[in-house]
Amino acid sequence: MLDYIKSYLSSDVTPGAAGNLFWAFVYILLIFLGLSVAVIAMNWLERKILAHMQVRLGPMRVGPHGLLQPIADAIKLLIKEDIMPAEADPFVFWVAPIVVVITTFTVFIVVPFGPTHAVTDMNIGVLFMLGVSSLSVLGIVMAGWASNSHYPLMGALRSSAQMVSYEIAMALAVVSAVLMTSLNREGTGTLSMIGIVQAQQVQQTWFVFKFFPLGLIAFFIFAVAMIAETNRAPFDLPEAESELTAGFHTEYSGFRWSLFFLAEYSAMIAVSSIAVTLWLGGWLRPFPHWLRGEPSDLVFSLFPGLTFLFLAAMAFYSTARMPKHPYFRVQTIGLAGFGAVLALVGLILFVRPVRDRIQDIYWFSTKVAFSMYMYIWYRGTFPRYRFDQLMKVGWKVLLPMGIGVLILTAFVGVLL
Amino acid sequence: MVPITTLHYLVVAAALFVLGVIGVLTRRNVVIVLMSIELILNAVNLNLVAFSRIYGLHGQIFAIFVITDAAAEAAVGLGILIAFFRNKETVNVDEVDLLKW
Amino acid sequence: MAPVATTFFFYFLSGLTVFSGVLVITRRNPVHSALALILALLGQAGLYLMLYAPFVAGVQIILYAGGIMVLFLFVIMLVNIEKSQKEEQFNKQWLVGILAAVSLGVLFVLVYTRGKSLFPDRVAQLPEQSNTQEVAVLLYGNYMFAFEIASLLLLVAIIGAVVMAKKRI
Repeated sequence: MLDYIKSYLSSDVTPGAAGNLFWAFVYILLIFLGLSVAVIAMNWLERKILAHMQVRLGPMRVGPHGLLQPIADAIKLLIKEDIMPAEADPFVFWVAPIVVVITTFTVFIVVPFGPTHAVTDMNIGVLFMLGVSSLSVLGIVMAGWASNSHYPLMGALRSSAQMVSYEIAMALAVVSAVLMTSLNREGTGTLSMIGIVQAQQVQQTWFVFKFFPLGLIAFFIFAVAMIAETNRAPFDLPEAESELTAGFHTEYSGFRWSLFFLAEYSAMIAVSSIAVTLWLGGWLRPFPHWLRGEPSDLVFSLFPGLTFLFLAAMAFYSTARMPKHPYFRVQTIGLAGFGAVLALVGLILFVRPVRDRIQDIYWFSTKVAFSMYMYIWYRGTFPRYRFDQLMKVGWKVLLPMGIGVLILTAFVGVLL
Repeated sequence: MVPITTLHYLVVAAALFVLGVIGVLTRRNVVIVLMSIELILNAVNLNLVAFSRIYGLHGQIFAIFVITDAAAEAAVGLGILIAFFRNKETVNVDEVDLLKW
Repeated sequence: MAPVATTFFFYFLSGLTVFSGVLVITRRNPVHSALALILALLGQAGLYLMLYAPFVAGVQIILYAGGIMVLFLFVIMLVNIEKSQKEEQFNKQWLVGILAAVSLGVLFVLVYTRGKSLFPDRVAQLPEQSNTQEVAVLLYGNYMFAFEIASLLLLVAIIGAVVMAKKRI
């Protein structure tokens, strides 16, 4: 058993390529756990970061600095009453959140956390991701229709119209990035996610900086389209509370609503993973070619441990600033314990065998986390688009820009 | 067990085709008739891709074109349906009889 | 790359597809029919993957299940009147229709089993790793003209659909 585990850990293909069902299941389980932790962390981070941007404090009561708030929210949602509207279609009402969650989670099969750290590396990786995330529109349409009520129906129609419109702009930006993968020596591009990052490694430049400013414009188009695709601010009219009383998930309560919520954050992480893989170099560390050699490798390999030690230092600093009142004793101890756990993880990440293996996953996760921070920043900064302005931007601004970038990338790629 | 040959896929495609034809011939709701036509097109596609396993990639190219045409036809068919629904408030094929003498 | 559990997946996917096809033609509610058709299309995409055609499977998921079926659901929501669900669902010639279709199916199966010697049983070498690239070579090489005609067809279909669905031309 141990040799089996060791023999797989030293292999250099993905479980899909090796036809290995057991390891595929292990990877899927790890991705599931990682996603759950990421969604919980995103919930807390969004409320705290948004609050600090608005010069207030956010949740502070539930745990030290509100760290247990997501868990309290999850427990509250699980023990709520499960209501179904009277005239609603029971089967479609029940199946809609399941469809949205399943399609969002299926996307993570092809997300590459490293050169062999994907569940499988399909030949059509990018096509598969775009296709499966377009299936989530169906779940939203079903949710809005099955609720048998005006506001969800309007919210669902608007939301699905918006998602379908911005899918086209997304696809054009993706095509211009895929076009850049064909500029290697053999002249063949690839749609596989691992192949795209390897093309960036071979061409020694992240695609966001290639043919400046074409890569940057393509990345910008994709960034705007992915925010509209996931129904986040400033494109969140279909689910804004002041406009449509929560849109297509108005009639969903308790656990069903938490499924939509889970699917929304997972969709954000999924499209950020596409953006990171296509433009920001995937799992490659910054300057893999310019700063190569032993000392640079050592410095960059210390980053994971240093990140966790920095977080632990922030936790200890907040512990020191806690009020010295006996009522706060439990919270102070909890925060100190949390800081200790983070420091322990940071110290483990300094050990040499762990350090070598965690590099790719760390850089990929950091870039996705940066993208998540931008999502929260946009929510705190921009006012909401009205629906006709939203559709105008999707069709009349992003689509021509996407076509222009595609044609120019093709020209420059052929000429140079 | 019997290894899966091309014949198995052809039988599945024939079953889908028969189901689509039954849907077109027996249902009265126009939308369901259109969906049965999509089933027929899918059966044809499955046939093409099954044969492309023997004869090379030409079947897959044809299948891509069939999917494209199905999209165009569905869009136009549903447009006609909406235009008809606006005149007569029904989706029943038996009531499309304005030219009956 | 060795295929895993081919027999199980074939029977599972084809059973799913045919069962969903039966649901499409028998449901009273058109939304349930549309959902069953989506399930049939996804099962079919799985069958394409088993036939070493990943690009066609990807196109099927994006275009058919993610595009055409969304269009169908929109139109069903626009024209869904309760009256049509209370009417008679099958027309008067349903028995003749079923008999005709089933005899067609029997004809197909007879042709397949009697004529099995007509087509070769070999399997072409279709490597899954370069399927997209080879499809691209054929599509932009031999079938370039058909490709351009298809884009023209889509343009005509867009204009036609917009004109049909407008309130006033």
